[in-house]
Amino acid sequence: MTRKQKRFAVIFSALAVLGGAVALVLTGLSEQVTFFRTPTDIVSTANASENDGRLRLGGLVVMGSVETLDDAAVRFAIEDANHAVTVRYAGILPDLFREGQGIVAEGMLQPDGTFRADTVLAKHDETYMPREVADALKEQGVWKGEAAGDASASSEY
Amino acid sequence: MIVELGHYALVLGLVLSLAQMVVPMIGLRTNDARMLSVAPSLTVATFLVIAVSFAALTWAYVTSDFSVRNVWANSFSDKPMIFKITGVWGNHEGSMLLWILTLALFGALVAFFGGNLPSRLKAAVLSVQGSVTVAFALFILLTSNPFERLSPPPLEGRDLNPILQDIGLAIHPPLLYLGYVGFSICFSFAVAALIEGRIDAAWARWVRPWTLVSWVFLTAGISMGSYWAYYELGWGGWWFWDPVENASFMPWLIGTALLHSALVMEKREAMKVWTILLAILAFSFSLLGTFLVRSGVLTSVHSFATDPQRGLFILMILVFFIGGSLILFALRAGTLRNGGMFHPVSREGALVLNNLFLTTATATVLVGTLYPLLVEAVSGEKISVGAPYFNYTFIPLMIPLLMAVPFGPLLAWKRGNLAAAAERLWLVAAISLVAALAIAWLAYDAPVLSAFAYALAFWLVIGSFADILQKAGFVRNGWSKGWARLRGLPRANWGTALAHAGLGITTLGIVGVTTLEDETVLRMTPGETTSFAGYDVAFNSLTPGKGPNFTYDKGIFTISRDGRVIGTVEPEKRVYVASRMPTTEAGIQTVGLFSQYYLALGDAVEGSEDIVVRIWWKPWVTLIWYGTVIMVAAGLISLSDRRLRIGAPVAARRRRDEALAAAKAEPAE
Repeated sequence: MTRKQKRFAVIFSALAVLGGAVALVLTGLSEQVTFFRTPTDIVSTANASENDGRLRLGGLVVMGSVETLDDAAVRFAIEDANHAVTVRYAGILPDLFREGQGIVAEGMLQPDGTFRADTVLAKHDETYMPREVADALKEQGVWKGEAAGDASASSEY
Repeated sequence: MIVELGHYALVLGLVLSLAQMVVPMIGLRTNDARMLSVAPSLTVATFLVIAVSFAALTWAYVTSDFSVRNVWANSFSDKPMIFKITGVWGNHEGSMLLWILTLALFGALVAFFGGNLPSRLKAAVLSVQGSVTVAFALFILLTSNPFERLSPPPLEGRDLNPILQDIGLAIHPPLLYLGYVGFSICFSFAVAALIEGRIDAAWARWVRPWTLVSWVFLTAGISMGSYWAYYELGWGGWWFWDPVENASFMPWLIGTALLHSALVMEKREAMKVWTILLAILAFSFSLLGTFLVRSGVLTSVHSFATDPQRGLFILMILVFFIGGSLILFALRAGTLRNGGMFHPVSREGALVLNNLFLTTATATVLVGTLYPLLVEAVSGEKISVGAPYFNYTFIPLMIPLLMAVPFGPLLAWKRGNLAAAAERLWLVAAISLVAALAIAWLAYDAPVLSAFAYALAFWLVIGSFADILQKAGFVRNGWSKGWARLRGLPRANWGTALAHAGLGITTLGIVGVTTLEDETVLRMTPGETTSFAGYDVAFNSLTPGKGPNFTYDKGIFTISRDGRVIGTVEPEKRVYVASRMPTTEAGIQTVGLFSQYYLALGDAVEGSEDIVVRIWWKPWVTLIWYGTVIMVAAGLISLSDRRLRIGAPVAARRRRDEALAAAKAEPAE
């Protein structure tokens, strides 16, 4: 192999790997990402296909809505200023999951309009709300600001 | 008083690090030997005063001095002593102090061990290291002062976040910081080399041990963090592709690439420019990680209290150091002469391939981590990029890399023989395939496709030893002579083999737990027994109790198989007194050597004695962490190799290298 051929071999294999990676990233970003939705987004969307695929549903847990079903799954509702969506989740709720708290449920919307979650996230800290939920509620004008207390004091690793 | 002393020491640390940055730099400009020679003393002094500052904050925690805002916000008088001490870095301000202490420590280590470094290079390195210290000391003093007082002092503290009240906090952050702050040394060496405009194999010999030290700590830190999250969060997962996990994983990937490319530079004087770039990038990713964690721009399970001012400040530090070093790189890289050419099929070629895959994989992780920010900035749409994306992009890039690993050490420098390497590995391939098929088909009846993943893991574990077995030459030399040769191999060879095998064992654990794990969620009444994944779980009782600063409900479960008791687990639900915050403590029983039975308690079901229980069967899961422990051990073994030992006499090294070269027909290492 000449010097030129050696260089060509290295550059060619580099381009091949990079090309493959770019293709993976592009398809990955178009198919494998999860969109954030509020209950209002889900109820009021005109285009049903916007609710296809994995979604993150964020809002406040409706007071009094949490119940444990016979098969140990949990059912509760998530609401924002206008609408509520019923969520079914088979698993253990996070420690800071409480009624009235902001949470995010990740999963798929079912044809009957309920949401089947495989993951439920609550912030691991008392005074905080998941950022997406806080932003969404701010937009709807129902956000009351950060809970009382010194922001710099609450921390988590 | 002691608290004010700590504050004062930190200010002094800023001043000293400023001197550490400026004085040697002037010395370099004016070629003033005296100014160059004060750099080590200044560096050590910086470290000492920052250590005093850190000790003062620790003292405030130990004595529960709630007049210090940081102590009040993160401590509690009834907290066990170990958690009072670890609480120092269980919050933003204190952990930044640990960060900068680590930074100063690495500077001091270079000053201390750098006796045989050229004085100009040493001064330049310490000066650059000083500039990073200045930036972060300013950051702490201006935005995150841990020594701030409260008046009047409260009687009781607000307690540390209960999740952090665990031995994991004592181990994970210090290891992690030693790892990714350690890359600052590689960064300083790279920038110093660019400033000096000179770089050679000696530079690589210097940088490689520091990279290895950082890599060892980072590997240990990430792995400990993973195990901590696994047992503490009660989610049963060991890696979540969380932005903050990614933030520590990207420097690890680049650091691993750097470790390999520095090898090429050291042995063959090739890939100089690329190695410098990687050294800059490794620390840049550490800085990026710090920014992502502290600024709160991304939603994550790890997050500190956020403050836009802090985020902006770190962003400025980030732009200054990354931008500055890359501009310097662009200006100076052209002046560095590249060394030896090599055939694409050679040890160098294999290491280039390693670098290609590792950096590409890092890029995909970076894109996935930052994409939500980009989308939100452009369209306002909120998305999250989680495990599906990362598995989709990262795994396909890792498969060819892992397949290639056993080939690397078998190829000679300059020009290797792929056919000869393949010939030596066919037996490994055959054994791996048979073992994998046996597992996938006979023992577990898992999908046959997963056999490929098992085969890959076995291939890595067994294939990693092909090189040293071949060097020992048992067939050629017989057992006793082969054994003697094996023991006489340089430790670096052992390090390589063990690190690669450790990676294989981690892969085996990942494949095992991913393909075979099982989980269930059910309601259980005390006295009830259920059967899951081949084991019987008896729920004996649920009893309340009281810990030092929490109350708990403890479930007692007995796990048995065919009437033989395997063990008892005691998962808890705790409520911490000061913060009223509930936490879950999982109950974990290791079955055999590598598998675990994992129980977490959920909420009590209203109107009954029932409680929700989530049970996971995690086959082979502990192999994930055993593999990383082997990688860490391999790094340490490699580090103890004479040829890497810092300050080993050059003449002795040369004699040894010559002796090695003479003793063997094939190139050493």
